[in-house]
Amino acid sequence: MIGIEHYLVVSSILFVMGVLGIFLNRKNVIIILMAIELILLAVNINLVAFSVFLGDLTGQIFAMFVLTVAAGEAAIGLAILVIYFRGRGTIAVDDVNRMKG
Amino acid sequence: MIQLISFYLFASIVIAAAAMVIFARNPVHSVLWLIVAFFNAAGLMVLIGAEFIAMLLVIVYVGAVAVLFLFVVMMLDIDFAELRAGFVKNVPLGILLAVVLVAELVLGIGAYQAGAVKLGTPDVGVATASAAVPNIEAIGGLLYSKYVFLFETAGLILLVAMVGAIVLTHRRSHGTRGQNISSQVQRRPEDATRNVNQPIGQGIEL
Repeated sequence: MIGIEHYLVVSSILFVMGVLGIFLNRKNVIIILMAIELILLAVNINLVAFSVFLGDLTGQIFAMFVLTVAAGEAAIGLAILVIYFRGRGTIAVDDVNRMKG
Repeated sequence: MIQLISFYLFASIVIAAAAMVIFARNPVHSVLWLIVAFFNAAGLMVLIGAEFIAMLLVIVYVGAVAVLFLFVVMMLDIDFAELRAGFVKNVPLGILLAVVLVAELVLGIGAYQAGAVKLGTPDVGVATASAAVPNIEAIGGLLYSKYVFLFETAGLILLVAMVGAIVLTHRRSHGTRGQNISSQVQRRPEDATRNVNQPIGQGIEL
């Protein structure tokens, strides 16, 4: 029988995949953005699973808001990526700190 | 039985696709694996009766976000081999962190399974999902009544994101003659050219 725990395990594995992706591809900002999308997907699965488990629809409403923020974040992030690439000709983000002080 | 099979199918594919997203050599493949992951996550949500969020996931993520990623990945001319230089160096620390995180989360879920900590009883008046009302109808009823301001704020966030993305990436092209609205509006009749029927033999006044 499928319980809430099954969903929690899937979503936590997905979350850790996202964190691992950020750690492994520290230079490639496109993969980092995709890893953030994976993390938000894990959050959404969690919200929906608990919403169904508790019989309270508020979780699904908030999953929708998370979806909104994820879409906005992807759009802004990719726009920043495009102007960064225009200025530098690369998207390696481990030397972005040239702007400090 | 079919529920069990489909749950494990969706769950295993979503996890495998997530792994492929972060391990794929080519970012285009990463985006395609991301689409697979979103489809299967939508399947997981349909399985527990959250159709609306599942369809939203397919429409918003696969239809908009993944296509946006694909556009950007294909538009930028990037040497991806050079970007993967630090990959091997980061593997031990990354794996260690992932193992610690998984252990923590599984521990938390195990503790929850052993018996939930009582934090008080929820209000009776919370919006409960009844089987008679369809999922979409129930969400719509809640969204347009109780959460209407949050809903409008979400729209505002999308508007700000749209304006921000356009302002960031818009490039004014040189060499084109655009319309200068403010100088058009500020123009007065006295400054303009006018037709005069000038009598012969008199000077002109400038």
